[in-house]
Amino acid sequence: MFTANRGRLALIGAVAVGAVVALAGCASGDPLGSGSSSSAESSTLVVGSQDYYSNEIIAEIYAQALEADGFTVDRQFRIGQREVYLPDITSGKIDVFPEYTGDLLQVLDDTATSGTPDAVYSALTKALPSGLQALDRADASDQNTWTVTKAFADKYNLTDIASLKNVTEPITVGGNSELETRPYGPTALSDKYGIVTAGFKPVEDGGGPLTVKALEDGDIQLANIYTASPAFDSGNLVALEDPDGLFFPSNVVPIVSAKVDDKAAAVLNKVNAALTADTLVALNAQSVNDQLAADKIATEWLKKENLI
Amino acid sequence: MNFFAEALQWLVDPANYVGLNAIPLRLAQHLGFTVVTLVIASAIAIPLGFLIGHTGRGRSVAVASAGAFRAIPTLGLLTLVALSIGIGLNAPYIALTVLAVPPILAGAYTGFEAIDRRTIDAARAVGMSEVQIVRQVEVPLGLPLLIGGLRSAALQVVATATLAAYVADFGLGRYLFAGLKTRDYAEMLGGSILVILMALALEGLFALTQRFVVPRGVLAGRPTDIRTRSSRPRPVMESAIEEGQKNVHSK
Repeated sequence: MFTANRGRLALIGAVAVGAVVALAGCASGDPLGSGSSSSAESSTLVVGSQDYYSNEIIAEIYAQALEADGFTVDRQFRIGQREVYLPDITSGKIDVFPEYTGDLLQVLDDTATSGTPDAVYSALTKALPSGLQALDRADASDQNTWTVTKAFADKYNLTDIASLKNVTEPITVGGNSELETRPYGPTALSDKYGIVTAGFKPVEDGGGPLTVKALEDGDIQLANIYTASPAFDSGNLVALEDPDGLFFPSNVVPIVSAKVDDKAAAVLNKVNAALTADTLVALNAQSVNDQLAADKIATEWLKKENLI
Repeated sequence: MNFFAEALQWLVDPANYVGLNAIPLRLAQHLGFTVVTLVIASAIAIPLGFLIGHTGRGRSVAVASAGAFRAIPTLGLLTLVALSIGIGLNAPYIALTVLAVPPILAGAYTGFEAIDRRTIDAARAVGMSEVQIVRQVEVPLGLPLLIGGLRSAALQVVATATLAAYVADFGLGRYLFAGLKTRDYAEMLGGSILVILMALALEGLFALTQRFVVPRGVLAGRPTDIRTRSSRPRPVMESAIEEGQKNVHSK
C-alpha cells in the first residue's frame, strides 16, 4: 500500500514537472492565451507567419523592427500553410504577414500569368481583397528555379535556362513527383526552348539535401531548388536565370491590414529594402546549418544593418 | 464515397496500364522490392536467430537491440542512408532491411525456445549430433514461429516499401507521392488500395504456409488433445469442498 502510494506520488510529481517545463516552453515561444484578448487593443499589431522556418525568420524581423519603433507586437507564428491562414488575413485577425508575390497571386487569381517581378507585384496589388495592402516588395525571393552545379554550369557556359541548349550530354531532371507535370516542368523546357531532357528521377524532399546530393553525385543534372535554399550558400550551385518568367517570380512582400499606419509601413518598407536575395539565403543557412532560433537570427541581422 | 468511386475508376482506366507508370509494372516492382528485402533480411536474421535459439546465448542482447531497431523511423533512416550513398534503390533496400530484421530474428529464436527441452534432450540422448539436432529437431519444430516472424516482416515491408519512391522511380509509392502533391486523390487512393491488396495477398499466403509447415507429429498431438479434454463428460475430480467432505466421511 505504502509503496503504491509513493509510486503514485512520484508519477504525479513527474507529470507536474513535465507540465511546468512544457508550459515554460510555451510561455517563451508562443503566448497563444494572451493573444486573442490583447489583439483587440488598437495599439497592438498581430504579426503572423507560415509554418515554414524561413518565413518565420522574416516575420520575426518585421516584429522586432516594429517593436524597436515603439509598436506593441503580438506574434502568431507557424500558423500553417496558405489555405489555413489566408482567411485570417482577409478577416483582419492578422495585421502583418510576410508573403511571396507570385505564390500569393496564383492563389488569389488563378488566371494570372507570369512576367517580370514588377509585373507580378503590380498584378498582386490589384488582386488583393479590399482592406489589405501589399507594401514594397523585397529583392529577396523564394521561388522555383532550374538549378545545376557550378561545375556543370562552367563546363557548358550556362547562364540562363535557354543556354541549356549548349549541353551535349543527356540531362536527367530530378525533383518532387509533381515537377514532372507542372507547367514549368520538363515539357516546358522542350516546348519553349527545345531542350530535350533524358528522363526524370523523383527525389521527394522538395529540393532539400537529398536533391543537392543527387546533383553533386551526377545522378541528376537539373533540379528544382528554391532560391532561398541554404544550399546556395555553399556557392556550388547555380540557379539558371529566368528572363522569360517561366517561373512566377515570388519576392518577399509584407501583406498588411488597414491597422498598419504610415509610420509602421515605413518601418517595414525600410527593413524590406535591406532584404536582398543573398541575405535571405544567408539567414536561412544560419537556421539550417547553425540551428539558431529565428529571433536570434533576426536580432543579429537587424543590428548588423543598423535597423534597430 | 465519391473518392472511392474515383479511385476504382482510376484502377480500371486503361490509360494506367501502359507506359513506364503502368499499374502491372509498379505492382511487379513493389513485389520484387519486397521479396528482395525479405531475402536479404532473412539471410541476416535467420542464421543469427538459430544461433541464439540453439545456444541460448546473447538472447538479452538480441531482444534489446531488436527492440531498438524497431524504434528507428524508416523515413529518417532512409534519408540518412541516401545522404551518404546517394539516391537510387540501395538506400531504401538498407532502410527496409533494418525494418525487416527484428521480426524475423525474433521468430527464429523464439521458435527454438518454444520447443520442449525434453524433446531436445531426448534427441541428444539417442546420439544426435548438435548439427543433427538443429536440422532435424529444432528447425522443423520452430518453423511455424519463424514463418510467423516472416509474415509480420512481410506485412511491414510491403506497406513501407512505398518509401522506395522517395528517392527512386520505383514501386507503388510513386502513385502516393505524385497523387499527394498534385492533389490527384484518386491516384493516391488507387495506389493505396493496390498496396493494401498486396499486403492482404501476402498475409494470406503466409498464413497458409504457416499451417502447412507444422510437423505432422505436432499437428497430431495438439488439436485432438484439446478437443478430448473439452468434451469430457464430467470432471475427474470434484470441487475442493466436495473432495474435502469425502475425506471427512472416510475418516
